[in-house]
Amino acid sequence: MYGKGLLKGLSVTLSRFFYTYWDDLVWFWRRITKGKRRYYSPEGIAHRSSKEARGIFTVQYPEEKLPVPEEFRYLPFLVYDEGLDGTKEIRCTSCGICAKVCPPQCIWIVRSTDPATGRPRPQPAEFYIDADICMNCGLCAEFCPFDAIKMDHDYEMASYTRTLLNLDRLLKPASYYASIRPLNAAREEEARKAKLASKAAKAEAKAA
Amino acid sequence: MIAPDSTTTIDLVARFPSVVTPDTRPGYSGWIVDPAHLTEVATAIRNEFSYDLLSSVTGVDYYPDKMEVVYHAYRTTGGPALVFKVQIPRHNPVVPSVTPIWKGAELQEREAWDLLGIRFEGHPDLRRIFMWEGFAGHPLRKDWKEPFYEEDVKPFKSRWPEGKHLPAEMRTPLQDNLFFPPGFDPEAFSFQDPDQAAYEALRRQHRPTDEDGIQTDVIIINMGPQHPSTHGVFRAAVMLDGETIIGLKPIVGYLHRNHEKIGERNTFLQNMPYTDRLDYFNSMSNNFGYALAVEKLMGIPVAERAEYIRVIMAELSRIQNHLVWFGMMLNDLGAMYTPALYAFEERELILDIFEATAGSRMMCNYFRFGGVARDVSEDTLRKIHDLVHDRLPRKIDEMDRLLTENEVLVSRLKGIGYLSAEDAIRTSMTGPMLRASGVPYDIRRADPYSIYDRFEFDVACHPEGDMYARYQVRMDEVRESIKIIKQALKQIPQGPIMSVKPSYQIKVPPGEAYGRVEAPKGELGFYIVSNGQPNPWRYHVRAPSLINLTSLEMMCIGEKIADFVAILGAVDIVLGELDR
Ligand code: SF4
Ligand code: SF4
Repeated sequence: MYGKGLLKGLSVTLSRFFYTYWDDLVWFWRRITKGKRRYYSPEGIAHRSSKEARGIFTVQYPEEKLPVPEEFRYLPFLVYDEGLDGTKEIRCTSCGICAKVCPPQCIWIVRSTDPATGRPRPQPAEFYIDADICMNCGLCAEFCPFDAIKMDHDYEMASYTRTLLNLDRLLKPASYYASIRPLNAAREEEARKAKLASKAAKAEAKAA
Repeated sequence: MIAPDSTTTIDLVARFPSVVTPDTRPGYSGWIVDPAHLTEVATAIRNEFSYDLLSSVTGVDYYPDKMEVVYHAYRTTGGPALVFKVQIPRHNPVVPSVTPIWKGAELQEREAWDLLGIRFEGHPDLRRIFMWEGFAGHPLRKDWKEPFYEEDVKPFKSRWPEGKHLPAEMRTPLQDNLFFPPGFDPEAFSFQDPDQAAYEALRRQHRPTDEDGIQTDVIIINMGPQHPSTHGVFRAAVMLDGETIIGLKPIVGYLHRNHEKIGERNTFLQNMPYTDRLDYFNSMSNNFGYALAVEKLMGIPVAERAEYIRVIMAELSRIQNHLVWFGMMLNDLGAMYTPALYAFEERELILDIFEATAGSRMMCNYFRFGGVARDVSEDTLRKIHDLVHDRLPRKIDEMDRLLTENEVLVSRLKGIGYLSAEDAIRTSMTGPMLRASGVPYDIRRADPYSIYDRFEFDVACHPEGDMYARYQVRMDEVRESIKIIKQALKQIPQGPIMSVKPSYQIKVPPGEAYGRVEAPKGELGFYIVSNGQPNPWRYHVRAPSLINLTSLEMMCIGEKIADFVAILGAVDIVLGELDR
């Protein structure tokens, strides 16, 4: 019958239309009984991005934001450990691996020198990332041997001017890193501890 | 599907003594053909040895000695490639064109002329393709330097240890980067208007006459580059007789950034995120092809678990690509946005999986040589499991109900944009386009790579050769991909995800390799030449989006101008890959 395919297709749109409002009713009931809301709530957003979602699928950005997964990467930042007296112990040793591996070559590092001896010190004097050029690939974080550079989750970076990140803007505490990437941070912490322990054991063995 | 016959060895030297010699350079394979006899040898390769599908044609600049043109031909019944090359002097590189034998070489030879300056004698329309007429030089030649040129290869020395930041615009092209050809006089400089050149080519190839043999008048109109249905900045000069298309020339290059030159400046690893930007819908497939090629060169295996992860990701990528294709195809037919947005919902769920594993929705940068960058968590595997067992099949069926029998869709697609199997092979079509013309050629079966030989799946194939067949092939393919993922999820072992230690300094022995995958849009190939340095000497991408346009004119001739948009949409092009 001519038109059967059309009707079949229209039934799909109709059921989608129906479910949008039906789900509103379902969620209305949930709100009364369990206090769960369909919009502007974490459970509502999680539902709309799950396999159960039907009808309305969209998220009302910026009022609502999708949670980003741990591995999400945006721009890199530099990690520092907080010293006991509040000093920033920058992890970066200015080894230059990230600058070498960076595909668009947007990392610029000035190695610092000891003013007394003139010899290089394991600390960056200046560290720039040209955020306009960075392609968010994450290779710098992947290959830094000191866990000093990591990928940030903050994606709201729109600005009216060019964005050049310097040391001031790049440095973030290790606690922040642990808050956005808990699993990774814990794994790396463990590896570091194991390394220290094996070093200590070796030193002891040597001493003995 | 006919089993790939890889056992027959071809001996071209026995057939053509003194014309063909085997390529004996270490790391190289194939045959070197005397350019004077190329046509003869190529004809035999196609007709006697039945290598009917010319996959890739490209040039290599072996600065300062010579140029080389490399051909990869395949049999549509399956099996490995026959590689043959011609070598020519750098100062006057002229090669006979193989377009009379394989029409599929047409756009690729134009590309080689444009970027490397190799002249193909007998080519019907040898114009520049990506650069504009009047452009000085051929950018892929090793002695050609771009504006903002810093060094031949990365990493640049200025970045560390004295990396005082210098914005790119401070290195203006007006300083020592500005370069004029010797004897250049801006007053006297003239070149042919590229538009006129394209129109002339059209007029040369199509001389419309009425029934009395009197030449009739035609109009040429331009579709694009800004037309909303052209899927990006793509333009076609269309020659019309009334409303009927009688000739067509695709005009491309608006998004050209010379991906290959960038790739030759990059180190091997640095290219990985750049491949994401080719077909930005399918960065997983792009990674796959590039990783295969480099792994072939390096001769390293891939970790078992990583193989499965790769296949799962590549197939998820195919599903979302085809879903978007359904939506966009319907957009092109005038069904604005409803199907497209339905498709985007499922795509969103797949992109969430990419984001959780690779860290980015579209620019995945996920594959590494020997494995993948990170493991897939159990949580994500469960999500994939739920998707392929529950949601996706349901939603594909819904899409099917929404579209497949819709009378408007059927009448717009059936019988339009016809391409015969013979023409499809001759014009080097690959992917769903080729299979919709009745040629069951799928690289996952015909020349299996990775672990595709372990999965049970059917090659989607429809013999009609029209747009409806292209639609059906893609519908079937989505279902087959779901099948593959289901099997892969069952078989995936625990274990390491890298077969070698991850390193940013990758040692690649000298040689050449061609890695190809069945990307959602067609055969995506990477031809890579290494000379043992940290950077590839030649990095070529065989882009299905570009090469599938070879037959666009054939499919459009005789159709109405209103159908052009749909025919183009059915090819499934993406400009990031087409223009590179
Ligand atoms: S961030 Fe890491 S890789 Fe980069 S210079 Fe510092 S220590 Fe080296
Ligand atoms: S994310 Fe990639 S592009 Fe950005 S700074 Fe790191 S290595 Fe460079």
